[in-house]
Amino acid sequence: MSDFFAMGGYGAYVWASYAVFFVVLAAEAVLPPLKRRRVLAGLRGKWKRAQRREGSAP
Amino acid sequence: MNPLVLWFHKLGSPPTFYRLAGRLLPWCYGLALVLGAVALYGGLVLAPSDYQQGDAFRIIFIHVPCAWMSLFVYAFMAVNGFIALVWRIKLSETLAMAAAPVGAAFTFVCLVTGSLWGKPMWGTWWTWDARLTSELVLLFLYLGVIGLHQAIEDRRQAARAAAFLALVGIVNLPIVHFSVTWWNTLHQGSTVRLFGPSLIDARMLWPLLTMALATKFWFAGSLLSRARVDLLELEGGKDWVRQVALAADAAPAPPPEASA
Amino acid sequence: MSYGSTAGACRALLARDLRLVWRRRGDALNPALFAIMVVALFPFALGPEPQVLQRIAAGTVLVALLLAGLLSLDALFRSDLEDGSLEQLVLSPHPLALLLACKIAVHWLTTALPLLVCAPLLGELLNLPPALRPVLLASLGLSTPLLSLIGAVCVALTVGMRRSGMLLALLVLPLYVPVLIFAAGACNAAQNGLAFTAPLLWLGAGLALSLVLAPLACAAALKISLT
Repeated sequence: MSDFFAMGGYGAYVWASYAVFFVVLAAEAVLPPLKRRRVLAGLRGKWKRAQRREGSAP
Repeated sequence: MNPLVLWFHKLGSPPTFYRLAGRLLPWCYGLALVLGAVALYGGLVLAPSDYQQGDAFRIIFIHVPCAWMSLFVYAFMAVNGFIALVWRIKLSETLAMAAAPVGAAFTFVCLVTGSLWGKPMWGTWWTWDARLTSELVLLFLYLGVIGLHQAIEDRRQAARAAAFLALVGIVNLPIVHFSVTWWNTLHQGSTVRLFGPSLIDARMLWPLLTMALATKFWFAGSLLSRARVDLLELEGGKDWVRQVALAADAAPAPPPEASA
Repeated sequence: MSYGSTAGACRALLARDLRLVWRRRGDALNPALFAIMVVALFPFALGPEPQVLQRIAAGTVLVALLLAGLLSLDALFRSDLEDGSLEQLVLSPHPLALLLACKIAVHWLTTALPLLVCAPLLGELLNLPPALRPVLLASLGLSTPLLSLIGAVCVALTVGMRRSGMLLALLVLPLYVPVLIFAAGACNAAQNGLAFTAPLLWLGAGLALSLVLAPLACAAALKISLT
């Protein structure tokens, strides 16, 4: 098992590479849904404000 | 009208695409994860050590698929950009612009993992040979497209301008690919061939190709996800977006205002 | 409604642009001053030792002229955009690519030519070997029009943006890199006593291609930006 992590002495380079890969790809998967939630919340807020404005104006 | 052609035209409509993309998303990511797991097992556990590079060569299973994706995504972006400029199809504009950040991410990972691989093998983090330089230029092209897209206010004009820039930069793609044959480079030449035998052991080749497929599906998932968000932003005032937003809201939605 | 010939339009545009630059000829020398200042900084930064400066002389001059050219790009369309004549140009019945080629030509004549004249002086500041001077001038003569042409396409994409300086640099630099590589390649080969005609021929080929394609691309980009 420790041989696997040591990777013949190159462990730091190999696992650093894999870490960069996983982090970047995970970010690619996670960031768009977060943005989607933000965008939808922003739109809902905008509509509520528009409704309030239309409701109060004669 | 031919039902296939009809379906294709319907696909260009934002709400239809939004729904279809939403259904495809989990499949794309799921396939990517399964293929990726298989590829990683094959590459990290099953494949033998390289006689020259020892176990450091295992970075290849990340580095090469990301390099391939960086070129593939740019081509995808350029093709959609061309369609957007010639036929002004809104969906093509959205897909082209959604692909740019994903392509930039793959290019970045390719450069970083290449650097991490180069340090033990070549003794240097970086060298200005043709392959590395042209890949770095590719990253700057991606960043330029993203920057231009964000700088223009009118979203559709922004997409068309950025698509035009992407097309201008397409000349870099053959330069990156052929850089190792046209110039004397420190970076090794092509070993995986499309036509004819590859110069790499079969036990190393299949995890590589599997990972390449996995990254393609991951790209598809990320692209569809980003395209959905971009469509919501682009079509913000439209009715279908309102329905999506209200459906997504957990609290009971207030009745829509009767039009004056 | 009758209008003049295309040749007449090009002549009129050339005359107008040259006259406008002549009225602000002080400003037109700003890029040259910038290049001189950039080059002058290097002996301070690296120490005045002649051998060190000699090795970097050609490349530094190339980079200084490239940066100076980058700064002057914005002026290509700025004043025309502000007074509305750019839109008139786009709307005119004459081929827009040809009119833009005239504008780019004037831009090169008024910004790059002073720099080319300065280039021997800049070389002297950095102890450029005299044998290298003709090669440097040849590579500058081929690369500066290329930079104007490629730069024009990118400026057309960012026309009308306030504070577009950084974005323009980001757009233009990836496209400038190959030009710089070949220009510097010629100078370095000559400095090492090797054959230097090949990179110059590549630059020439690129220039020939850009002379035809860049105005067309610039016209398309302007139409996109001005809609």
